[in-house]
Amino acid sequence: MRVAGEGLINRRRRVEFTFDGRVYQGVEGDTLASALLANDIRLIGRSFKYHRPRGLLTAGSEEPNGLVTTGRGAGQEPNMRATMVELFDGLQARSQNAWPTLDFDLMAVNDLAAPFLGAGFYYKTFMWPAKFWEKLYEPVIRRAAGLGALSMRANADKYEKAWAHCDLLVIGAGPAGLMAALTAARAGLDVVLAEEDTRTGGRLNAESFEVDGVPGRVWAEEVTRELVAMENVRILTRTTVTGAYDHGTYGALERLSPWDAAKKGAPRECFWRIVAKRAVLAAGAIERPIAFQNNDRPGIMNAGAVRAYMNRWCVSPGQSVAVFGNNDDAHRTAADLLEAGVHVSALVDARHDAVTSLDVPFYAGAQVCNSEGRRGLEAVSIATASGIEKVKAEALAVSGGWNPTVHLTCHMTGRPVWNAEIAAFVPQPGAIPGLMTAGACEGVFSTRGCLEAGVRLASAVLEDLGVKAPKVDVPGAEDSDYDISPLWAVPGKGRAWLDFQNDVTVKDVKQAATENFRSVEHMKRYTTQGMATDQGKNSNVAALAVLADVTGRGIPETGTTTFRPPYVPVSIAALGAGGQGKGFAPQRFTTSHAASVERGAPMIEAGLWYRPSYFPKDGERTWRQSCDREVGMVRDHVGVCDVSTLGKIDIQGPDAGAFLDYVYTNLFSTLKVGRVRYGLMLREDGHVMDDGTTARLGETHYVMTTTTAAAGEVMRHLEFVHQGLCPQMDVRFVSVTEQWAQFAVAGPKSREVLNGVLGEAIDDESWPFMSCGEATVGGVKGRLFRISFSGEHAYEVAVPARYGAALFSELVRRAEALEGGPYGMEALNVLRIEKGFITHAEIHGRVTAFDIGMGRMVSQKKDCIGKTMAARPGLTDENREQLVGLKPVGAVKQLVAGAHLFNEGDEAVRTNDQGYITSVAFSPTFGHVLAMGFLKNGRARIGERIRMVEHLKGVQTLCEVIDPVQFDPEGGRVRG
Amino acid sequence: MRITCPLCGARDRREFYYKGDAVALDRPDPAAGEAAWDDYVHNRDNPAGPTRELWYHESGCSAWLVVTRDTRTHEISGVDLASDLAADVAGAGA
Amino acid sequence: MTPLDGMAPLAIGGMTLSEVDLGRLTSVAPYKGRDAALGKALKAAHGMGWPEPNRATGKDGARAIWFGQRMALLAGPEPAAELAEHAALTDQSDAWTAVTLEGPGAADVLARLVPLDLRPGVFAPGHTARTELQHMMASVTKTGEAAFLILVFRSMAQTLLHDMQTAMEGVAARGRP
Repeated sequence: MRVAGEGLINRRRRVEFTFDGRVYQGVEGDTLASALLANDIRLIGRSFKYHRPRGLLTAGSEEPNGLVTTGRGAGQEPNMRATMVELFDGLQARSQNAWPTLDFDLMAVNDLAAPFLGAGFYYKTFMWPAKFWEKLYEPVIRRAAGLGALSMRANADKYEKAWAHCDLLVIGAGPAGLMAALTAARAGLDVVLAEEDTRTGGRLNAESFEVDGVPGRVWAEEVTRELVAMENVRILTRTTVTGAYDHGTYGALERLSPWDAAKKGAPRECFWRIVAKRAVLAAGAIERPIAFQNNDRPGIMNAGAVRAYMNRWCVSPGQSVAVFGNNDDAHRTAADLLEAGVHVSALVDARHDAVTSLDVPFYAGAQVCNSEGRRGLEAVSIATASGIEKVKAEALAVSGGWNPTVHLTCHMTGRPVWNAEIAAFVPQPGAIPGLMTAGACEGVFSTRGCLEAGVRLASAVLEDLGVKAPKVDVPGAEDSDYDISPLWAVPGKGRAWLDFQNDVTVKDVKQAATENFRSVEHMKRYTTQGMATDQGKNSNVAALAVLADVTGRGIPETGTTTFRPPYVPVSIAALGAGGQGKGFAPQRFTTSHAASVERGAPMIEAGLWYRPSYFPKDGERTWRQSCDREVGMVRDHVGVCDVSTLGKIDIQGPDAGAFLDYVYTNLFSTLKVGRVRYGLMLREDGHVMDDGTTARLGETHYVMTTTTAAAGEVMRHLEFVHQGLCPQMDVRFVSVTEQWAQFAVAGPKSREVLNGVLGEAIDDESWPFMSCGEATVGGVKGRLFRISFSGEHAYEVAVPARYGAALFSELVRRAEALEGGPYGMEALNVLRIEKGFITHAEIHGRVTAFDIGMGRMVSQKKDCIGKTMAARPGLTDENREQLVGLKPVGAVKQLVAGAHLFNEGDEAVRTNDQGYITSVAFSPTFGHVLAMGFLKNGRARIGERIRMVEHLKGVQTLCEVIDPVQFDPEGGRVRG
Repeated sequence: MRITCPLCGARDRREFYYKGDAVALDRPDPAAGEAAWDDYVHNRDNPAGPTRELWYHESGCSAWLVVTRDTRTHEISGVDLASDLAADVAGAGA
Repeated sequence: MTPLDGMAPLAIGGMTLSEVDLGRLTSVAPYKGRDAALGKALKAAHGMGWPEPNRATGKDGARAIWFGQRMALLAGPEPAAELAEHAALTDQSDAWTAVTLEGPGAADVLARLVPLDLRPGVFAPGHTARTELQHMMASVTKTGEAAFLILVFRSMAQTLLHDMQTAMEGVAARGRP
């Protein structure tokens, strides 16, 4: 219910929202959690395993119970913590994990089966009979498990990622963080201040403390104003630092406010990568509950949360509230409740020597040992020296002490250190290089202590960086001692909850220990404590304290599990921001792209490039029809194909030839100017890396081509060889793939087409096969190479890319006038298979020069990369799988790439494997299917029969082993 | 992870390509024998401690770098240009 | 035809993205021991000094942009013949998409795309970097207080436009970085 007070809300602005289909009102500044409480809604969800009614435990991002689904349709988001959902007009939220309704949940029957669903039950049940697992158990469990549900629609929201660089990253804008940021900023450092909440202030927004004589939150606003005005300060609110990574890099998730996110073009979330020279962690502390029988009812909350709801949102969790704790926070809570006019039905302090001056029923040295009320708290039982007393209460505020928020300090394998004085873990100093901790997150709990720590730590950073520290006065504030008497679990028979989300109780931890899962790592996995979305924020320390107790060890000895990023759940969309749709990968378009699309060519992806598959003509209904026609068109007339995507590397320098000799198997220093040569490039282990043609355009000038796929890899390789192995060689290279638009013109009429665009006509004498050079093309300075990938008389002509589109049009026009036209990737592939030319389908990484029949291309006259290892006996054994061609000779005509080869009569099993097929095409030239592949001792087996077996689809084809070069083996046509 | 490229300054790891241990710079003589070549191509130490690694500043200046990095703490204690460290193993037209 | 097909300037949130024609682009890569001689020849022929790593020399219309290890991109003039004595010259005029991004918030836009430290004290006018822009290899040069010259491969022009527009819209929508 709403109570009087100022808080940080604006009562004049009402906000309407729905929860489980009903309309409610809140006010500006509310979270969904505070608004629900203001409307007296305590039942928010059902627990994961037992489906017990649950309400809010906290007021912050560590909330384990209040998980709701917000939004509708594609914008639906499950598992949102109600404490983190900012209220806005029209917000729609639904509870989760209950059916048919939150109020009446049939799955609550699980609670009755509790004795069978204890720790580790997954390992002991649903195992027999084995076949029931897939058919019955898994589907049922799957339907019963989980929390919220996805909408299953494509996410239309926008997400962003961004970089920020600074001298100092301050994590947390509470008293410690604000003072640290202020100190560093006044000294002139570039400061990024990240705060998870919607505003700065930290716990000052939740408490009724004063700082410098004004309410804490007012003081925070003043300091923030000063920081906002400084150019060297960037304040990121709604931003949780999620991870500490190497070398001063931090990940942080920013959630835009609902109104900012609704703006056109705005992202919902932004994932920041912050690079900081130094960092100060001022992340505060998270309160611990105390476990007792039935401590999980709606209405039982952390005391700090109750104070936050009261002081910040002016909401009381109930008309009468009981308070239970082992430290002074219990008294502060009672005082704040009384101040707001709320009835305090009991103040229970576990410390025997506790006293109070508050006018409330007071129980010292007592413990709450049970609670009542199925759908919401109605009463609590208090165990005193003289017996058990029952007290009415709609809410119970529990304070078991504070756990410093150490998580980030553990992200680089560090573990926190136990501090017995405050009964809590504190960060290991130096666990994250460059990061220091200040305030509550290192165990300093008084306000004054935190303010002072912020100044001190920032000053230490400044000194470390050699910057003069400014004079900063530490404001006056409360400086009370932290007087705590550890209490983890109240002794008792019934189930006492530790992990609220995964329904793990004190009994479960004890059972794990009984079954010898005594290590804290084992206990965690066996019970699933700490494995829910709060990742143990509310249960880790208590659980390991219980484990320590039951195994007779101390807490330091028992140890703790570690933490890994992210500190809070991060949506995949935020991590992948910028990568949705077109942002996923660059699209590379050739200069003939528009023309290809205009002609209706389906475009296929070759790496990042888009290339036309085929150019359908009127009347053609299948790709095969177009492909067959294009193959015939090239063989009989002329075809034009865009080959710009192949890598082109410009190589110049006195040692260019020597360098090429070193990276290729064959000689290039002997290549004459104006000539092109096919080159084979090996990896150092003797296997083929790539192939291509390299042209010598001048004494010290070559242009190398690579395959499209390997262009980047080859460039990297060339740079490594030059820089790392032969830095003395005087040679420079640079990629010119993009500079030149390059087109293959192939077929008997290719010269005719070219002479139409060349400045000077060519003939077989002036431009023989494998010649190259500069040429005027369409009036522009271009290059001409007489090379062939199709086996026809062919050329490749190149112009600077700005002329590419125009040249393509012109070439195609001229080709079409001669019964030719453009051809695409399908036909390109058929042509080269007919000719026995290899691609990366054949040079797939486990193939040597010997395997593809190019052993003699490895020059004996010189060393080259890969030469020594290629000579290993195992790589030149005749029984290796060697490149062959194949054609079907039986009734079955189908050949399948990837299928394996077996001798006739042999069973088609691995031990009888003779080889495999790498490329297949229907050859219109030969009227049947052709394949290339690798066969043991293949070159000696030309003419033999071999059986292809395709195990996935069950195709079996009798084949004849043939020479891979089927078309024009003499090579007369390329020389025509 | 950040690497301080001697030419470009401190950059995020995503700009770099990792090749492996810097022993790749110590290419044996072609006649050094099977064991030496097997070691060079296949065998690598895997220390828990400082290692020397080859990184290529692919999206930056295209320099190959030798990075001395501790595999436990990830601390980078040195970055050199490979071309500064490399001996000329190719010779001239060997 | 320009890589962005003569695209009109794109104005979003007080920032403008425009395609620019830088004229001739030539990669200049000195041969061994020729760095000093090349520097002299460059200065004599084109008026600007050889750029140190991460710097651009010259001015609008005739710049030498450091482009990598011992390499610079001469932008604007046709390279003088004598440069070829000392360096490998390669025409790159058609290989790059070139745009400028201007206006307050330009650094915030680039912060969405580029992992570089773009703080004014660190990346000042005259500074350049080879880096990544989203998934593309890029060259970024600061040409003015709130102006950047960005180069990516010609073939990726459409991707550049898409990514920059998305980032500009995101920054503009927030009103502040």
